[in-house]
Amino acid sequence: MIEGIFVEGLIFSVMALGILISYRILDIADLTCDGSVATGAAVAAICITNGWSIPAAMVLAFIAGVLCGLCTAAIHNHLHIPGLLAGILTMTMLYSVNLRILGNKANVPLVRVDTMYDFFHQIFAFMPQAFASLAGTLLMVLVVKVIFDLFFRCDMGVAIGALGGNEQVVISLGMNVSTLKYIGLGLSNGLIALSGAMLAQYQGFADANLGQGMVVQGLAAIMLGEFLFRSNRISLITLRVILGSIIYKGLMFLGRRYGYLVGITPNDFKLLTGLLVIISLIIASTRTKMAEDKARKEAVARVMEDKKNA
Amino acid sequence: MLDIKHVTKVFFPGTVNEKVALQDINLHINEGDVVCVIGSNGSGKSTLFNMIAGTFPVTAGTITLDGKDITKAPEYKRAFEIGRIFQDPTKGTSANMSIQDNMALSLRKGMRGLKYSLNQEKKNFFRQILEPVGLQDRLEDNVGLLSGGQRQALTLIMACMSHPKLLLLDEHTAALDPANARIVMELTEKYIAQEKFTAMMITHNMQFAIEFGNRLIMMDEGKIILEASGDEKRNLTVPDLIARFREIRNKDFADDEGLLTEGN
Repeated sequence: MIEGIFVEGLIFSVMALGILISYRILDIADLTCDGSVATGAAVAAICITNGWSIPAAMVLAFIAGVLCGLCTAAIHNHLHIPGLLAGILTMTMLYSVNLRILGNKANVPLVRVDTMYDFFHQIFAFMPQAFASLAGTLLMVLVVKVIFDLFFRCDMGVAIGALGGNEQVVISLGMNVSTLKYIGLGLSNGLIALSGAMLAQYQGFADANLGQGMVVQGLAAIMLGEFLFRSNRISLITLRVILGSIIYKGLMFLGRRYGYLVGITPNDFKLLTGLLVIISLIIASTRTKMAEDKARKEAVARVMEDKKNA
Repeated sequence: MLDIKHVTKVFFPGTVNEKVALQDINLHINEGDVVCVIGSNGSGKSTLFNMIAGTFPVTAGTITLDGKDITKAPEYKRAFEIGRIFQDPTKGTSANMSIQDNMALSLRKGMRGLKYSLNQEKKNFFRQILEPVGLQDRLEDNVGLLSGGQRQALTLIMACMSHPKLLLLDEHTAALDPANARIVMELTEKYIAQEKFTAMMITHNMQFAIEFGNRLIMMDEGKIILEASGDEKRNLTVPDLIARFREIRNKDFADDEGLLTEGN
């Protein structure tokens, strides 16, 4: 049971890393995610049921996600539409596209075909299946994390980071802002789709409605992680996102398990997730305000002290 | 070096808010020139800089840099050769990144590849050039933690690291307190002297404009109304400038006097 939470949390963290790129690093509220996570799941499911190898299916799912991100970036860059609206447009269009990919069915089951998890069970045959799933997922997430960290420490990654903080700096350095947004949103949605592909294989089906409310859940995970520790190092920021994702899934598990005691059903989870994000935002802004207040009081005290001494 | 020919800028053409910000500007700047630009608010100084840097397109005219027509080039492409520092210290650096990341980015211009950004050699180099402004031990701190003066000094260092052909300084010390403004200004003078930069600087301080650089232009209502260089410039005084302004514009200077400080 507990292994299940970790596996879900880890799969979820790959999506949260994608949202980290758009929401935190690029500072674009990109809602493409709700569509592209289902795109990833759909592409992987259709590839696998049609006999493609699992790695090929995953790569194709990632590429499909990149294309979703490029679509949002194109709308945002060339029509000068805010990122939020561009994302909503892509997300809405993707709903139809995803149904097409799934062959006009709302969901496609992945039964009687080998998935990534059957493969994990084979290579980690010495341990129970639940642990084998966990080990395999952990390994994949670690690989994604390491590549992610390396990318955001190379020149191009740092430039994308600078873009979110200050667009003018990037222009001054002779870089095309549009190109960087294409790359950033493409990678973001690529990861999100990869997460969808993993999720479809873990739960055994791909669903056109898989993505509903995913952005908010991802934000909740990112914000939960940010309460753990402060850092500006990318390796610790990504670690924080992964831990936050696991904690979020843990909370949802507790809600499912013990929620009935206080009358909470899984139907309430979207509401609760939204409230969790709102509470996180309130706590974060209160913290900032308290720090500012403290600094102000200290400054006044210093001024008074100087006056007394003079 | 820089050739500005018949540049006109009209904002909101065809609307009730139509405003002629630049009116047939012609200006030639030679390599190594250091040009001070003065003028009251709304005289077109910043618009002129925006036209050179490519922030907004010109309405008419051409701008040539080093023999290359850059009139239609986007801002990011012009940035390869033009370094610009704004009045607002937050514009030149990325607040949510460390000092070393900011500096590593500004080592060169153009699109970035997948090379690893930092190494010990670069860090040592950064420490060395940050020493004069006392930031050598704060490489890993986020830029957001720096004061306005420190940020502007960092912006200046970053702009100079990429050796731009032309440096545009848009009142870059105006938002700083006097002590920090002096530090940033001294650093500016040092870099310009050391690297022999071609530079244009907008300032509100007339005394300073007379002392600094080899050329001076005064703008008003979108036109260049006065140009002085060499000895002529050095022999100017603040009362001279005010008198010349009155003479040329034939209008009372009092309205504008508050906007141009005579020095401190």
